[in-house]
Amino acid sequence: MISLADQFLVLVLLINFISLGTSRLIFSIRAVAVQGVILGILPGLIHPFSWHLVAITLVIVTVKGFVIPQLLGRAVRSAEIKREAEPFLGYVPTLLLGALFTALSFGFAGRLPMLPEHQNYMFVPASIATLMSGFLILTTRRKAISQVIGYLVLENGIFIFGLLLAEAMPVMVEAGALLDLLVGTFVMGIVINQISREFSSLDTSLLTSLKEE
Amino acid sequence: MHFVLQGAFDPALVAIGAALVIGLAGIPGLFIRQPGPGQILSAVVTVLSATAGVPAVLQLLFSKTSTTYMLQWGLPFGLCELVIDPLSAFFLIPVFLVTAAGSIFAIGYWPAAEHSTNERGLTFFYGLLASSMAILLMARNGVFFIMVWEVMALSSYFLLVTEHEKAEVRRAGIVYLIATHFGTAALLVYFSLLAAQTGSFQLPVAGSLSAISPSATIVALAAIIGFGAKAGIMPLHVWLPSAHANAPSHVSAVMSGVMLKMGLYGIFRTLTYFHDPPLLWGGILTLCGITSALLGIAFAVAQRDLKRLLACSSIENIGIITTCLGVALLGVSSHNNTLIYLGMAGALLHVLNHSFFKTLLFLGSGAVIHAAGTREMNLMGGLGKSMPRVALLFLVGAVAICGIPPLNGFISEFILYLGLFLQLKADSLIYLVFLAPVLALVGGLAVIAFTKLYGSVFLGTPRCPDAVTHHEAGMTMQMPMIFFAVLCLFIGIAPQLALHLVSPAIAVCYPLLQLTELPAEYGVILGKISLSGVLLLSAVVIVSLFWRWRLGRAPVTSATTWGCGYQRGTARMQYGASSFSELAVSVFTGIIRQRIDRPVVNGLFPGTARCSDHPSETILERIIEPLFTMIGISFAFLRRLQHGLVHVYMMYIFATLFILMLWAN
Repeated sequence: MISLADQFLVLVLLINFISLGTSRLIFSIRAVAVQGVILGILPGLIHPFSWHLVAITLVIVTVKGFVIPQLLGRAVRSAEIKREAEPFLGYVPTLLLGALFTALSFGFAGRLPMLPEHQNYMFVPASIATLMSGFLILTTRRKAISQVIGYLVLENGIFIFGLLLAEAMPVMVEAGALLDLLVGTFVMGIVINQISREFSSLDTSLLTSLKEE
Repeated sequence: MHFVLQGAFDPALVAIGAALVIGLAGIPGLFIRQPGPGQILSAVVTVLSATAGVPAVLQLLFSKTSTTYMLQWGLPFGLCELVIDPLSAFFLIPVFLVTAAGSIFAIGYWPAAEHSTNERGLTFFYGLLASSMAILLMARNGVFFIMVWEVMALSSYFLLVTEHEKAEVRRAGIVYLIATHFGTAALLVYFSLLAAQTGSFQLPVAGSLSAISPSATIVALAAIIGFGAKAGIMPLHVWLPSAHANAPSHVSAVMSGVMLKMGLYGIFRTLTYFHDPPLLWGGILTLCGITSALLGIAFAVAQRDLKRLLACSSIENIGIITTCLGVALLGVSSHNNTLIYLGMAGALLHVLNHSFFKTLLFLGSGAVIHAAGTREMNLMGGLGKSMPRVALLFLVGAVAICGIPPLNGFISEFILYLGLFLQLKADSLIYLVFLAPVLALVGGLAVIAFTKLYGSVFLGTPRCPDAVTHHEAGMTMQMPMIFFAVLCLFIGIAPQLALHLVSPAIAVCYPLLQLTELPAEYGVILGKISLSGVLLLSAVVIVSLFWRWRLGRAPVTSATTWGCGYQRGTARMQYGASSFSELAVSVFTGIIRQRIDRPVVNGLFPGTARCSDHPSETILERIIEPLFTMIGISFAFLRRLQHGLVHVYMMYIFATLFILMLWAN
């Protein structure tokens, strides 16, 4: 089962690259949705069966795989934009940076003092790599929707880390994390709406005009 | 069922329940569309909770034990205990009484129908403030304490900026917000150092720490700064006058009557930790206290805003309490049990007394402002004729705050005098006697300040043409005032009973000293005070009855007050508030900069001219504001980091994370 989990994690890493490298927003959203579904299945692979686990899986698959992508898709359709036209950093440099950060995170994870049973997993490096990819998307993209995608990827990275602790994780913490995610998406949704209404564009760099003089 | 009932009648549980219910009292009003019912519901709930809470608290106080409840909070900061010991119980009394009175007062003073935009928020945050103060007194975990402390600070901020459409109110709010968070910063240091010393966030038990170590000194200093900023001890009082003046009056009453005491409670509580405080601590507290008292009342004399005057007099009273506390601490250091008892009794009793008469006065000022429509004393006058009951109640409060028998202010100040004069016979700390004349000066200035206030507001003839609309306050506004006036009188006449309230709280602070009762000779003195109080009161009653009887029999002609026999005296010929106090203020030139714009009078028939005075807040305007401007300029380069580019903000986080990772490697 462990090897299967590791293969899934490789898939997660590949999806990171998809969202780093594509300019088509709908495609990016779908990729992140698939990533969410994979993350929903993962706990079932590494922990013994319990109803608690089933509940986690169901909730995560629903929220990450369907609810949030649905919301984002609606935002994309209503804003009538299809592509991230001019990012701050081009797609090829972003991909290269992503690769660099992924490599670095494997190096970093190897040096972390971890429990022996976590030593051989790919969880920690995959988590850090996903987190980094999320940050990269957040920093290099201009459109508010891309920012939300970056935020989701970042959250997924944190979630992977949490998987190691799934058994120890009390329901409160899980609920908190999911709520955090949902609220984050809502806030971003509001930002998207407000920016597009105010500037008739989704370019977050226009937010500088809100700066205090 | 039996256990449930037993639990329900546990006084500590009743007190906690009352505190929580008061906090929730404002919530239904948020959802009722029609203005009015929510406010009345909240007042009813608050009063009912207080009527349940006060007996419970008294029972806890007299039982001389402490009750502990554990809060299951699931946070990694250790156990979260809610403890009500006699000291907490003592401070809970004003919390319940004042908030209940204020919530009734609000119905008449801030009617929902006239203030439909902000009444809901006001009622909600009012309950939250009261509740947070009550819980604060029970909190025994440092982290929990800070959380509740912040709820208290923020809810009082929102109460203060109720009328945020006015620029002055917003400014007062900002000053308050900065000052209170300055205090919170000091408290964070305080609790961290305490935790480092004791190994947990549980507050230490009484007498468990030694004061000799250097970190103990820092703890005490952080406590004085953090709690002192909330209590308004000089020079941390800068937020106080404008905040009290700009809040709605019942909120000012709660802020001044109760919230300031939370700061003092913190200092009381901190001092109990240490079993051997050095002489220096007591000295510093005494010095801070007496300075606050003297300067506070000097500022009060200079004010022309009714509520600012009251606020400054709060600084004075906090100063007196701090002085008492300092004297008690000096007693601890010099092992003089009588001095400890007198200092602590004076401090605690003045806490209670100040919360009574200051509430009475702030509520009275609310009634006056409601009637006159201004806070400017120079524009009032003659209100005693249109609102005689409020005038009488206000007089009771004013006499009490000046420390004149037979009211309660006299008792607590008298106990402090006793403590000071005690040192005449002692072989150490004789110089404490020199505080007595300073205290007398403070008392004298208080009389000037309140004569100015009472004279210019209630006596004389109306200075404003629209004074015809003045009206007596409604019953909802009068009832709370009557309640506190009776309490003031009661403590003034029966000081022994009040000392029974105080003794258990002192025993908590210094459990090793076996201080439970007042030494016998002082008991005799208090008995005499009580007797002379009764005589004085009956004399007042008899004289006023006689006066009314004479008034009923003799023919009465009405003329202008202070008309000086002129045929056509005008209201502007009478002494104004500012002119009354000008001489007294001029003594303090240098500390109080009273700017008077005097007109130049030329020739025999000078034209129309204006004269106005502007009392300034020396410390705020001369020191703190320039300091903040300087800091703002010198850190201007940091503003470049705040450019509004979201991506670069993300980059900051990213870079930090990256550097941390590399560093960890």
